[in-house]
Amino acid sequence: MLDWLGTIIQGALLGGLYALFAAGLSLIFGVMRLVNLAHGDLIVLAAFAILSPATWFGFDPFLGALFAMPVMFAAGFALQHVLLNRTLGRDLLPPLMVTFGLSIIIQNGLLEAFTADSRRLRLGAIETASIELGGNLAIGVMPLLTLGSAIAVILLLNLLFYRTALGRAFRATSDDLEIAQLMGIDHHRIYSIAMGIAMVVATVAALYLGIRANFDPTIGPARLIYAFEAVIIGGLGSLWGTLAGGIIIGLAQTVGAKINPEWQILAGHIAFLVVVVSRPRGLFPRSVD
Amino acid sequence: MEPTQYRIETKTRASAVLALASVALVLILAALPAFAGRGLIQDLIFVFYMLALAQCWNLLAGYAGLVSVGQQAFVGLGGYLLFALTIGADIDPIAAVGLSGLIAAVFAVPTALVVFRLRGPYFAIGSWVVAEVYRLVFAQFKQLGGGTGTSLPPSATNEIFGIEWVKAMLEVRSPAARDIITYWIALALAAGTPLLVYLVLRSRYGLALFAIRDSEATAESAGVDSFRTKLGVYVLVAAATGMIGALIYLQKARISPDAAFSVLDWSAYVIFIVIIGGVGTIEGPIIGVIVFYALQHYLADFGTWYLILLGTLAIVIMLFAPKGIWGYVAQRYGVALFPVRRMLARPHE
Amino acid sequence: MRSPILETCGLTAHYGDFQALYGIDTVIAPGETVAIIGANGAGKSSYLKAITGLIRAKPDSVRFEGKPIGALGAANILKLGIAMVPEGRRLFSSLTVEENLLIGSYGRDVVGIWSLASIYALFPALKERRAAPSHTLSGGEQQMTAIGRALMSNPRVLLCDEISLGLAPIVIRNIYDAMPRIKQNGTSIILVEQDIAQAMKVADRVYCFQEGRVSLSGRPTELRREQVHLAYFGR
Repeated sequence: MLDWLGTIIQGALLGGLYALFAAGLSLIFGVMRLVNLAHGDLIVLAAFAILSPATWFGFDPFLGALFAMPVMFAAGFALQHVLLNRTLGRDLLPPLMVTFGLSIIIQNGLLEAFTADSRRLRLGAIETASIELGGNLAIGVMPLLTLGSAIAVILLLNLLFYRTALGRAFRATSDDLEIAQLMGIDHHRIYSIAMGIAMVVATVAALYLGIRANFDPTIGPARLIYAFEAVIIGGLGSLWGTLAGGIIIGLAQTVGAKINPEWQILAGHIAFLVVVVSRPRGLFPRSVD
Repeated sequence: MEPTQYRIETKTRASAVLALASVALVLILAALPAFAGRGLIQDLIFVFYMLALAQCWNLLAGYAGLVSVGQQAFVGLGGYLLFALTIGADIDPIAAVGLSGLIAAVFAVPTALVVFRLRGPYFAIGSWVVAEVYRLVFAQFKQLGGGTGTSLPPSATNEIFGIEWVKAMLEVRSPAARDIITYWIALALAAGTPLLVYLVLRSRYGLALFAIRDSEATAESAGVDSFRTKLGVYVLVAAATGMIGALIYLQKARISPDAAFSVLDWSAYVIFIVIIGGVGTIEGPIIGVIVFYALQHYLADFGTWYLILLGTLAIVIMLFAPKGIWGYVAQRYGVALFPVRRMLARPHE
Repeated sequence: MRSPILETCGLTAHYGDFQALYGIDTVIAPGETVAIIGANGAGKSSYLKAITGLIRAKPDSVRFEGKPIGALGAANILKLGIAMVPEGRRLFSSLTVEENLLIGSYGRDVVGIWSLASIYALFPALKERRAAPSHTLSGGEQQMTAIGRALMSNPRVLLCDEISLGLAPIVIRNIYDAMPRIKQNGTSIILVEQDIAQAMKVADRVYCFQEGRVSLSGRPTELRREQVHLAYFGR
């Protein structure tokens, strides 16, 4: 019984990491309906962006992340400005194809620059520290921190969306692009800012990804599919929905693994399909699409 | 005044000429094993099945608007069915290819019921997830090799229908004869899929597809059952894809879940071929597969740089020639080799 | 007449192969209210879309204070001080009433008569519903919000596209009662309307469009009913 409680807690905590992967994706998809197939690889790119100053200057990863964030913001802004803004429109294929090409380029570029060696962001003892909860239950400090960060990120993003003029502009552009232009909103600039912010979120995700497990240039696509599942389960435009989606996937995977370790990933996918068949628009979609 | 009689026509003069030329080409290709070396035959098998996959994906996404990133589900399914039928049920491989297609069509129905709940980008991701489910499920079957996969023993293919005739006629040994028969199956698929797509589009079914592509709501109000039309296309494409998957693994003779259900090999490269050539045209994938083969053949040795080139090419084409090479040519010169647009023709005076 | 604040010269507009406008000449003086009337498909909305940059036009065919603006995009047109109340209201559905108003000043934030306070004074009903999601409003409330949103940018020229569409007569009257206060500030108004009576009541001048051309123009008081009928319907 307690064993299952432990599993559920593990699942929820894993969900925090998936929610972080998904949050940036949710932001982009919500604001500009862009299906970014390179999102997973951009997280990996961010991980290397944290690793580099961390190794060169001997920073710890958290400090490295602080350095990487403005770099990733600029990269995201530039990417949107130069490339992705040209692909947006009614058609689904151009953004799919372009972001897929981007995914290949980032993966192989990283392979050339950093080789296929596995890397890790080292923090020291805290990586494996845990909090005793009584009985035989213990929660890892890092997973707890990850979930906490996911919640904090989503709180901040919601503050941005619902309490600032920029956030209003994001929501308006997402609601009705034509009328937003009529209101004087430069949607290309709005999109570039949104992508920049999404890259900052991706950096946070990369931080926890790199601390938790080894990473190498090719792990992007696997993370991408979990992120997508979380976003779709949550529903268009709902960041809290994305958090819920992440937790559902995390729970499904952990419970599945407990029944049979080989079923971990399959369980996540099945949970996704079940939710999506019964609620095609997700659990908490905005009232309009 | 007498009303003028109008007719609906699809022929163009160029198309009639090219129809004859295509038949000639297919006959030449069929006779090729008599002269060509084994290397060329194997290369052509690759070209043929990639072309067939591209035609299928194009029908699904370019014409029916179902942008799927999960067709690898049916490629892998077809491959595993071939192995199961030839090893397990001792069925002749050629018959097994056809049977795999039929069984894949059966699997396609419940699959469609799941993925059709989703639209647009959700449909694309959903189809990818479903393919992953297929992969993970097949990895559980220990009888078929589980996660590491299994090989097709020579005994399964040594008795393939027609092999004795080929060995005698072309004076080759069993392995080469097997390749030649596989080659002919591949050629049949490569020639058959464009023809199939053309026939579908010329039929009333095709008219329904065009209507749905232009505006689903309007089409429905005109009496088109959009769900059943799309289901029909999806199942048809799944059957064809299943047969192609069976053929692919007949040739490779070794299957594993990661390879059979690879999103890169059976979706990404296929989509790349269609886009480079021209999505929404039958001619496009033909051009695309030639370009892809050339790139693969000459540049694959460059490893990561080759892939970076492919990625860059995908981006450049999408930005500057979104209709692909054929799309660009067709627009500039107004050519159509496989004319499917219906044109209003006045009776000749 | 003083030099016009807005004028169109030989304005043409196309939707793909379809031509909607065949050379429209109109002149709007500063502070004037001009009504554009005409049947469905006459080109009235296309005219407004061309002015606001939703449809591209030749640079010289639309002039604002003498400067050619025909080729500018919608966002830039707003920054100049030309705001539109679009047909069908088109409020932002995930924004509340107040947020819809606030977004009106996002693109052009200038000091002027119009602010949240003065808009609420103009349309008191909105103040009560300020926190309501816009999709829960009645037609009349939505129309008021849409007008308020356009006013928040303190425009020099206000374009109103069929603001009476789908509204009950008493609601329409309520909305038109606000017009004098808007005119008071010297704002020029272009009113596209199917409700001819209402339009003629508030307008200083009227243009009638028919199949993409100007078929009649003049002061409401000078136009006879038969003239208007002929210009509107073409027979």
